[in-house]
Amino acid sequence: MTVIVAKELATALAALREHEDARVIQGGTDLMVEINFNHVKPTTIISLRDIASLRTIRQEVRGLLSIGSGVPYSIIEGEPVLSAIPALAQAARTVGSPQIRAAGSLGGNLGTCSPAGDTLPVMFALDAMIHLSTVDSTRVVSIHDFMTGVKRSIRQHDEIITSVDFPIVKGWQGYSKVGVRNAMVISVASACLVADHEHADVRIALGSVGPTIIRCRESEAWLKANQDLSAGAFISPQLAEEFGKRAAAESSPIDDHRSTAQYRRHAISVLASRLLRKAYP
Amino acid sequence: MSANEFYSLQVNGKNMPVQDSWIGESLLYVLRERLGLPGTKGACEQGECGSCTVLMDGDAVCACLVMAATAVNSEITTVEGITSESALTDVQQSFVEEGAVQCGFCTPGLIVAVHHLLEKNPSPSELEVKEAISGNICRCTGYGRVFAAVEATIRSRNEVK
Repeated sequence: MTVIVAKELATALAALREHEDARVIQGGTDLMVEINFNHVKPTTIISLRDIASLRTIRQEVRGLLSIGSGVPYSIIEGEPVLSAIPALAQAARTVGSPQIRAAGSLGGNLGTCSPAGDTLPVMFALDAMIHLSTVDSTRVVSIHDFMTGVKRSIRQHDEIITSVDFPIVKGWQGYSKVGVRNAMVISVASACLVADHEHADVRIALGSVGPTIIRCRESEAWLKANQDLSAGAFISPQLAEEFGKRAAAESSPIDDHRSTAQYRRHAISVLASRLLRKAYP
Repeated sequence: MSANEFYSLQVNGKNMPVQDSWIGESLLYVLRERLGLPGTKGACEQGECGSCTVLMDGDAVCACLVMAATAVNSEITTVEGITSESALTDVQQSFVEEGAVQCGFCTPGLIVAVHHLLEKNPSPSELEVKEAISGNICRCTGYGRVFAAVEATIRSRNEVK
């Protein structure tokens, strides 16, 4: 096995094109587990750890925050993300433990593309855009097109995820997850809700309850048709409960070692209605 | 840079060559089995237990999730680098006095995590302490004695001032 520690993105991209069997590693929180347990035996590893350009947070365009794929969650938890995209900072803070958050990154969440990836519902609720590069090209893809199934994405072998663009939205937003305890837990069900006061609408995306993250477009449309969603609007408990039920109906959970489909559906209805009431206190 | 069979790590301020190793070994394995630093403990090897907590460029991380050969440009500090052989640190002393050590397997990881916390935040709230050690699993103490040890350390540091 060969380990290539790249200091420049171009070096990593060239190495990735050259080695068809290479695996890229950023924080290592997913890949090292597979290696430690002999589940994979890569022949070439390309480390992105030392590429400074992947570890920047930039606001070049007004209303858009661009977060490098290698920025660890421990940084995403705080400013400037906390004020600009609070749901993302919340989601980042629910990942694993401080040790995991010092290593894990958005690039890793996207690269692994598990439906339980904590930051993915935030990307789905905010229509985030994913930047990918190869040695001779770049492309920008909507998160809705990026994730195609359980641990499946449209990322090609020779592509590296470089950054994620998040729109800065005016209004309340939050992320909630259900698990067996507070720390070190993979979500049983999760939800991100974004209230967009400017467009008077609400967006909600669900994690761990389907093969991909699920954006509840029907529930969103129903809510917009039946409720004023501008700043300061009043949401009745009955309406919030109905919204929760509708969001749960759009989920498609399964029974597995972490929970049951029935419980996950119930958890989504509670999370969705609670988030909606928090958005309009 | 391509690291093959031979590479060096910066551990506890020293340049340490790693020889005759498989290049995919975790930092945890390399520290214990190649560099003779057994203070860092190995248990879950999947980042869940925190017994292998070390500092990497100033961040507390799980050594089991770091591929050692990718850490060639980082400063690594293990529990051996935080403590000394001749005397206990104040955190260690508090762990002993408050009964926060039972089987002791999680202790090195907790010592690293607590030193790291108090360096960044000398007067953490109870919640901040809980969050800071949330990645360190202890199956003996139930954490009450550990929180007491952290409080005792903070108290003694304030008295010194």
